[in-house]
Amino acid sequence: MILHPFPGGIHPNDEKGLTAHLQVEDTPIPERVFLPLSQHIGAPAQPVVKVGDQVRIGDKIAEARGFVSANIHASVTGVVRSIGDYPNVFGRLSPAIEIETTDDSPFQPDKKREDVLSLPPQTLIPFIREAGIVGMGGATFPTHVKLSPPEDKPIQSLIINGVECEPYLTADHRLMLEHPLEILEGIVYIHHILGARFTYLAIEANKPDAIQLMEETVKKEDAKINVISVPKRYPQGAEKQLIKTIIGREVPAGGGLPMDVGAVVQNVGTTFAIYEAIRWGKPLIERILTVTGRGVKSPKNLRVRLGTPVQDILDLCGGWKTEPGKLIMGGPMMGINQFDLRVPVTKGTSGILLLPRDEVGEYHPHTCIRCGRCVTVCPMGLLPNFLGVFSEYARFSDAERYHLLDCIECGSCTYICPAKRPLVQMIRYAKGEVLRRRKKAANK
Amino acid sequence: MKNTLILSSSPHIKSPETIPTIMFQVCLALLPAIFVGIYSFGARAAWIILLAIVSAVAFEAAAQKVMGRPISINDGSACVTGILLALNLPPTVPWWLVIIGSFFAIIIGKQIYGGLGHNPFNPALVGRVVLLISFPAQMTLWAFPSHPLFAHVTDTLSGATPLGWIKTHLMTHATLPTTLPFNMLQAFIGQTGGCIGEISALALLIGAAFLLWKKIIPWIIPVSFIATVFFITGTFWIINPEHYLNPVFHVLSGGLLLGAFFMATDMVTNPVTKVGMLIFGIGCGLLTSVIRLFGGYPEGVSFAILLMNATTPLLDRWTRPRVFGEVPHK
Repeated sequence: MILHPFPGGIHPNDEKGLTAHLQVEDTPIPERVFLPLSQHIGAPAQPVVKVGDQVRIGDKIAEARGFVSANIHASVTGVVRSIGDYPNVFGRLSPAIEIETTDDSPFQPDKKREDVLSLPPQTLIPFIREAGIVGMGGATFPTHVKLSPPEDKPIQSLIINGVECEPYLTADHRLMLEHPLEILEGIVYIHHILGARFTYLAIEANKPDAIQLMEETVKKEDAKINVISVPKRYPQGAEKQLIKTIIGREVPAGGGLPMDVGAVVQNVGTTFAIYEAIRWGKPLIERILTVTGRGVKSPKNLRVRLGTPVQDILDLCGGWKTEPGKLIMGGPMMGINQFDLRVPVTKGTSGILLLPRDEVGEYHPHTCIRCGRCVTVCPMGLLPNFLGVFSEYARFSDAERYHLLDCIECGSCTYICPAKRPLVQMIRYAKGEVLRRRKKAANK
Repeated sequence: MKNTLILSSSPHIKSPETIPTIMFQVCLALLPAIFVGIYSFGARAAWIILLAIVSAVAFEAAAQKVMGRPISINDGSACVTGILLALNLPPTVPWWLVIIGSFFAIIIGKQIYGGLGHNPFNPALVGRVVLLISFPAQMTLWAFPSHPLFAHVTDTLSGATPLGWIKTHLMTHATLPTTLPFNMLQAFIGQTGGCIGEISALALLIGAAFLLWKKIIPWIIPVSFIATVFFITGTFWIINPEHYLNPVFHVLSGGLLLGAFFMATDMVTNPVTKVGMLIFGIGCGLLTSVIRLFGGYPEGVSFAILLMNATTPLLDRWTRPRVFGEVPHK
């Protein structure tokens, strides 16, 4: 198949060798979990339990508020101890439900649903919505919304994203190696819902074992899925860049969506969750994540209950091996680093990365030397050097004219900058400022 | 062991490339040309290069001290400017000319704008052009490569650069002589007169190949620059070979390679967009050809690059690349 490379991109060391060979391990049931009401994009969920209530694993404890929102389920069996502010991944406090574990019984699935493909496509979406599934690659957009495109936007291409282009992370890689059949079945379900003409499974070329296994599985099951090896380049797994690579179409700038070019992209982790939800009625209560980096004593791929505090996972992996540097939820390019180890694992946590002190540079930004490397690597064709300067001098309308809001914040510009300018950080600041001003103007 | 976690926003990893590593590699790439310059013109060339580096760095430090800015001579940019200035001087220049050149390059060409990143013009070329205009006699006094290896070079060249010789010859003659006092091989390996760093095309190409391989410089500017000069001078040569020089000589001599690979590619002063770079390179080539063929100066690379430097902000504005997913306005 002819691929259509996206512009720009960078080639950081992928560092996946630390964990790529490690089997996913089950973690012991945490003593208590903290489940934030907002683990997704959209309105926070509304609690449906009270302090003191007994909950069983898999029970719905908070309900989606509105269409763009997601249910939250108990990830352990226990007692609701509190509902209140708790540290979240973004470094702030937000409402969360605390459950103290009383019983380590595992989730008991419903009877296996055998007749999935004979059900009308639309009847599958409620299973997904009920299970509280969101995009597990990190974007955390509610999946049922993505799978309900309006009538006038027919979906031709379904793209399953097994690229995992963030350095260090191997959760999706392990999932494909250990559950190829389940992922395949999940893909078939999503295809049934969308009725797409073409189905692709994109995997980055640095995972040849996963590519081979998925190809064999597809062949054995005689599924109509194109397994595609995409070149290793960050941010190959970003939604717009992946769509461009596979089908050669560009999601329109200025707020366009994948469905505008007839495409839907789903992460393999999400696909696996969809399989479990539809086939077994299992809500999203756990996920696979990678604990990695040269700072951690024993790197692992783990199956973790949502709401497990980072500290519990750190203890399980032996803690720091080196002087602590950064603890990052997610990958090194787009992950968010933490200062409070009470922060819980949520639906979008793809990894916990521990960077030793000596790998964390301190940078003093220099004036832009106009080398143009950021322009070369920007996967959106922007001019990050000018956007950075506009942001510095508060020239927000100039920044908007230079397509500030089309930045996907992949961080390639900051990675490559020899003057060590915090370009994506300045762009984020300007974006926030522009959106704030728009809101203010709209309220007048 | 400190138990604190460091906070900052993503990305958390950065490429190892910094401004000093870029400057260091540019210096490395200039070594072959420096070597040929010293080999050909002797200790005097070494002395000029050293003096240019030391004075450039000293002026940079002094200017920053006076202006109360952090001293940033460690970034290597003043060193690069010093080397480039020296390589653009004839080996016969008096020592004080080198200091004046450094002064104009660093103070007038760079620091008064705010230092590295803010200068609109290539500092080394600012220094060179000030000298060329103010001290034309000293700046066009050429010497032979003095090494015994070049003993065969005949007097007819009288130390002039190939392009200078042609220009002078055409003032008194209607046509070029049938045999030139220099040949392509001499121009290629550096057995003609010229500035310290421009004589050997081979040495410059080795350095250029290194910079292209390391992706320090973009290929678009030098390639479009040289191709334009080749095309234009070649067109005139085909039309009237009795009056116009073979385009290969135009490419090999007169500092074109030095200018195209090491000066026009000065990242601070050229466009950041690909189309902008292309126009920049073609513009440099066009101006160089026009000056060489019709202007008063035999060589036009310095003026061409400086003039195109002035267009850089406009080129950046006019050639903004198409944004991913952008639909052209109808």
